[in-house]
Amino acid sequence: MGSLSLQGIHKSFGAVEVLKGVDLDVRDGEFVVFVGPSGCGKSTLLRIVAGLEDPTSGSVAINQQDVTTVPPAKRGIAMVFQTYALYPHLNVRENMGLGLKQTRTSREVIDQRVSRASALLSLDELLKRHPADLSGGQRQRVAIGRAIVREPEVFLFDEPLSNLDAALRVQTRLEIARLHNELKSSIVYVTHDQVEAMTLADRIVVMNDGVVQQVGSPMELYNNPQNLFVAGFIGSPQMNFVDGSAVGKPDVKTVGIRPEHIQLHLSDRENSSCSLVSGSMVGSIRHVEHLGADTNVYLQCDSAGLVIVRIFGEQHFEAGQNCSISFDAAQAFCFDHRGVRIN
Amino acid sequence: MSVATRSVGRSVASHAILLTYATIALFPVILILINSVKSRKAIFRSPLSLPDAETFSMVGYETVMKQGDFLLYFQNSLVVTVVSLFCVLLFGAMAAFALSEYRFRGNSLMALYLALGIMIPIRLGTVAILQLMVATGLVNTLTALVLVYTAQGLPLAVFILSEFMNQVSKDLKNAGRIDGLSEYRIFFRLVVPLVRPALATVAIFTMIPIWNDLWFPLILAPAEETKTVTLGAQVFIGQFVTNWNAVLAALSLSMVPVLILYMIFSRQLISGLTAGAVK
Ligand SMILES: Nc1ncnc2c1ncn2[C@@H]1O[C@H](COP(=O)(O)OP(=O)(O)OP(=O)(O)O)[C@@H](O)[C@H]1O
Ligand SMILES: [Mg+2]
Repeated sequence: MGSLSLQGIHKSFGAVEVLKGVDLDVRDGEFVVFVGPSGCGKSTLLRIVAGLEDPTSGSVAINQQDVTTVPPAKRGIAMVFQTYALYPHLNVRENMGLGLKQTRTSREVIDQRVSRASALLSLDELLKRHPADLSGGQRQRVAIGRAIVREPEVFLFDEPLSNLDAALRVQTRLEIARLHNELKSSIVYVTHDQVEAMTLADRIVVMNDGVVQQVGSPMELYNNPQNLFVAGFIGSPQMNFVDGSAVGKPDVKTVGIRPEHIQLHLSDRENSSCSLVSGSMVGSIRHVEHLGADTNVYLQCDSAGLVIVRIFGEQHFEAGQNCSISFDAAQAFCFDHRGVRIN
Repeated sequence: MSVATRSVGRSVASHAILLTYATIALFPVILILINSVKSRKAIFRSPLSLPDAETFSMVGYETVMKQGDFLLYFQNSLVVTVVSLFCVLLFGAMAAFALSEYRFRGNSLMALYLALGIMIPIRLGTVAILQLMVATGLVNTLTALVLVYTAQGLPLAVFILSEFMNQVSKDLKNAGRIDGLSEYRIFFRLVVPLVRPALATVAIFTMIPIWNDLWFPLILAPAEETKTVTLGAQVFIGQFVTNWNAVLAALSLSMVPVLILYMIFSRQLISGLTAGAVK
């Protein structure tokens, strides 16, 4: 259990500046998720927190104690890696116990903590196996168990689910959420999957290009994105961006409308009575994706280009049909020429 | 098996090529082996025929064994080879780990400097090496040979091993650091076992030239008590008369230890490869 505080973290590799001043406070017991596109510096930031990489400038504090120059093993952190990184020559029990053994913890304490973690993750049958004899999901559970056994102040996860298949990913995601509820520990979690971020996080940190774009709860980011990047990154399918002038708002550069906030009406273009007023457009259907619970319609609009509409339930649309769409202006987001939200 | 490799023509052709190569490569070895158990007359009369009841003779081996020092020569060769091999593998792997794992000023310059030895044969420095050994009083010691062979083997070892060390998962090493393992433990317990096939390859590459070398034993350690097998076998080659039985027997015998070492290393190589494949 612990808090984490980052101040003015910069990191350069040679001439390349990867992190450009990151400030962040993680409260005791909070689940914070870093999201951002590939290469934006999420893993680098996590490695700096872990002490595996030194920041070029800035400081890291855990429980109000400056740990910027403390080696990884003494920071009170545990890390779960994307590639599991289990020790191939040790069995599951030894893998989980190694960290404690290094700190000369007594046998009884190690055994007790290992059996608690293995019960928590249902690893009891696997304790004697070697990592090579485990499936991917089992390996990831062992890696999580290895972190739990250390009883760290802060857990660090670096894309722990990205090597798992879709079904297992959902299952392990639930497992991690349950663990957080039971252990009440602080977790910093890195992913580029926004569904993981939305479902797990107390707070999400959206990063791009080494800069924190916005910090907030999942619904805050969804309902109230501060800039174009966050608006485009959170939500699936992606938010539609159209020119302000195309929807009769010449004073804004870009208008963003979520696909689920658009209504679609079949129409015959010739005798369409719908005039081009603010909040409605006409176009023809390019492509339809049937996902079962909902349907994504890709629409080529005369004025606004390609627009994605998400409709709930099974819908019978076909490519080539002419349509008009409308949306509630109150649910649209307006951005200025720098991509900053205008209220 | 894929369709392409099942074609009869292709497989006949590839087997023919491999068999030809094997024959050419093995011919001298087999010639030595069969002639080492023939009488002197038979060697000259029909060098290519197999020994029969009449021509079979172990006189070569008897001569070699009677020349009491031969066991000592074997021992010298073995000591020099094994110790050099150990040093090359240990220091080579350590240097490779440092070069691939740590970012420090002059890293790539250091790598280049270490790789330079691959291109420049160590024998060019013989005179300087001899002066050095005389100055340090190491002439006619096995230490001299071990030092020279270690230097000779290191460049290639560092070069090959650092490639392999680069491929060891960074996450694994980092997991070790978080669990509080020292850099030495990470190197010996996590990294070295994973590059075992590469170590075996380097061991084989390094071992053969050391075992077969005549040059440095002749120059640095020609004394009776430090002679190696290759040097020792020279006593049977006289200016006028050469005791072919003994020479061939000595050569045959000298193959045995390398073969054993080779088998040890190549087993490592294969088990390493399959361990990776079924993972
Ligand atoms: N050791 C290094 N030397 C030089 N550049 C590096 C090094 N490590 C990372 N980088 C660079 O830093 C940037 C950020 O890398 P990082 O691994 O943090 O990205 P990421 O956000 O985790 O991406 P991903 O989602 O793909 O894992 C990348 O452009 C990468 O090329
Ligand atoms: Mg990453």
